[in-house]
Amino acid sequence: MIDVAGLTKYYGPTPAIQDLNFHARPGEIVGFLGPNGAGKTTTMRILTGFMPPTSGSARVAGFDVIDQSLEVRRRVGYLPETVPLYPEMSVSEYLAFMGSLRRVPDLDERIDEVLEQVDLIERSESFVGNLSKGLRQRLGLAQALLHKPEVLILDEPTIGLDPAQIIEVRRIIQDLGRERTVLLSTHILSEAQQVCDRVLIINHGTIVAEDTPVNLQSQLAGADRLTVVAASSSSELVRLLQGVPGVSSARPGGREGEVEVTTAPGQDVRPVVARCVVEAGIDLLELRSAGISLEQIFLQLTREENNPKAGG
Amino acid sequence: MRNLWVIASREFRHYFISPIAYALATMLYLILGGIFFINVYYGLQTGQISPDGRMVIGPMVTILLFATPAITMRLLADEYRMGTMELLLTAPVRDWELVVGKWLGAFGFLFGVLALTWIYPLVLHRMTSPGIDQGTLLAAYLGLLLAVGAMLAIGVFISALFRSSVAAFFVALAVMLGLWIVGGLSSGTGAGAQVAGWLSFVDHYYNNFYRGVLDLGDAVYFVSLTALALFLGAQVVQARRWR
Repeated sequence: MIDVAGLTKYYGPTPAIQDLNFHARPGEIVGFLGPNGAGKTTTMRILTGFMPPTSGSARVAGFDVIDQSLEVRRRVGYLPETVPLYPEMSVSEYLAFMGSLRRVPDLDERIDEVLEQVDLIERSESFVGNLSKGLRQRLGLAQALLHKPEVLILDEPTIGLDPAQIIEVRRIIQDLGRERTVLLSTHILSEAQQVCDRVLIINHGTIVAEDTPVNLQSQLAGADRLTVVAASSSSELVRLLQGVPGVSSARPGGREGEVEVTTAPGQDVRPVVARCVVEAGIDLLELRSAGISLEQIFLQLTREENNPKAGG
Repeated sequence: MRNLWVIASREFRHYFISPIAYALATMLYLILGGIFFINVYYGLQTGQISPDGRMVIGPMVTILLFATPAITMRLLADEYRMGTMELLLTAPVRDWELVVGKWLGAFGFLFGVLALTWIYPLVLHRMTSPGIDQGTLLAAYLGLLLAVGAMLAIGVFISALFRSSVAAFFVALAVMLGLWIVGGLSSGTGAGAQVAGWLSFVDHYYNNFYRGVLDLGDAVYFVSLTALALFLGAQVVQARRWR
């Protein structure tokens, strides 16, 4: 349903996203989790045909977002981060306008249906300008659902809602995710864990982890990865390092003499690993923390979760 | 094409709840009514009313020069400012359909406003004998509509460039004044004067249409100006996707 390959977007010289690769299957709710400014909105804007990528390709519902933009746009329901509404219209007028742009058949009945679905039916004659933040969010969701899209892309769907509304919106999303592909972004860790079948963690424009919420939880709990390079064969090194206390797994890396080590949460095993290699009479060539620290991102996310006003 | 209609009719209806549109229509009718009254009043005093239906059209063109930027300023700038552009550009609507639809909605509104001014020549026709020259009047109105179409298209194009509708207003006004006063340079001889004449809004309107002459060249001028402005507008919308 969604296939993204090598997607890159630059704003001027600054990369917003770099070489993103991921996919989402039908009937799957995929969460895009990352701190503010990680590139979530940019990715979603590309997938919805709002803006073209600098390079790379993306297919949504089987159509290319650049070459077949209109086909993609027909099949995608999109809730942007700041729900764009026309304040001078009534709720039903607004949906009628969006519905006629999308050529929704039997529009009047369909409008009642989606208003029922998002529990907004008794406000159908209210002016959009008079709706509270939570109701606007629901109206935005109604707009995204109106044409029964195959793919739903929701940018921070629960931001600014009160706890009761958050639970309600999450329930709606979970219902929707049974039949269609949903890609939703959030910077709230617990939300991704509750709602999504799969979570992509994005930071500084690249995907740093991708897994089910349960698996991510264990990774996020503070595990770290090390790359060890030594003047020895990889297999011998693996055998050696598996015995080191604090190392939960060791497997051969990309080249001879390289080993990827996963450590138990919260332990810095680098000194122990170094000593162990040297004491075995092997020359240690390299020992480094492998790239990202999921823990850092995790901390950042939890910080934002505890201070939701920082979100945006 | 259906999208065009959906967008145009939304814009058209929007004018009826917009204070700017009412203010503009009120101003236009007040000024025209005043001019008409003075003309007829003094005409009756001297026992001689000039049977020229264009007594309201002449000043109308000048008023519209200022009025059309006010009509068009928010059309696209507001969509950008409010973020609703994101909604429109992710709907299955082509960029040109959006731009032309906006223009069409504004044109429809102004067409309605101008149609009502027909009442002045009608009254004049009843008051005078043998009445006014309908042919001249028709040509003047036709030219007026073509000119208004071009002015609105320029306004839509400029509106696509800005987030602020006030900025869009002043820039559109400047462009239209430019096209207006360039006519002043066309009085001399030489290539420069000729080019100025080609570009001049005034010359293309007052020289023929206003005098009751339907000239194909003038019609082509206004229609191509409209098409060019709308094309540029669509290009700007597309370019702004890249940011």
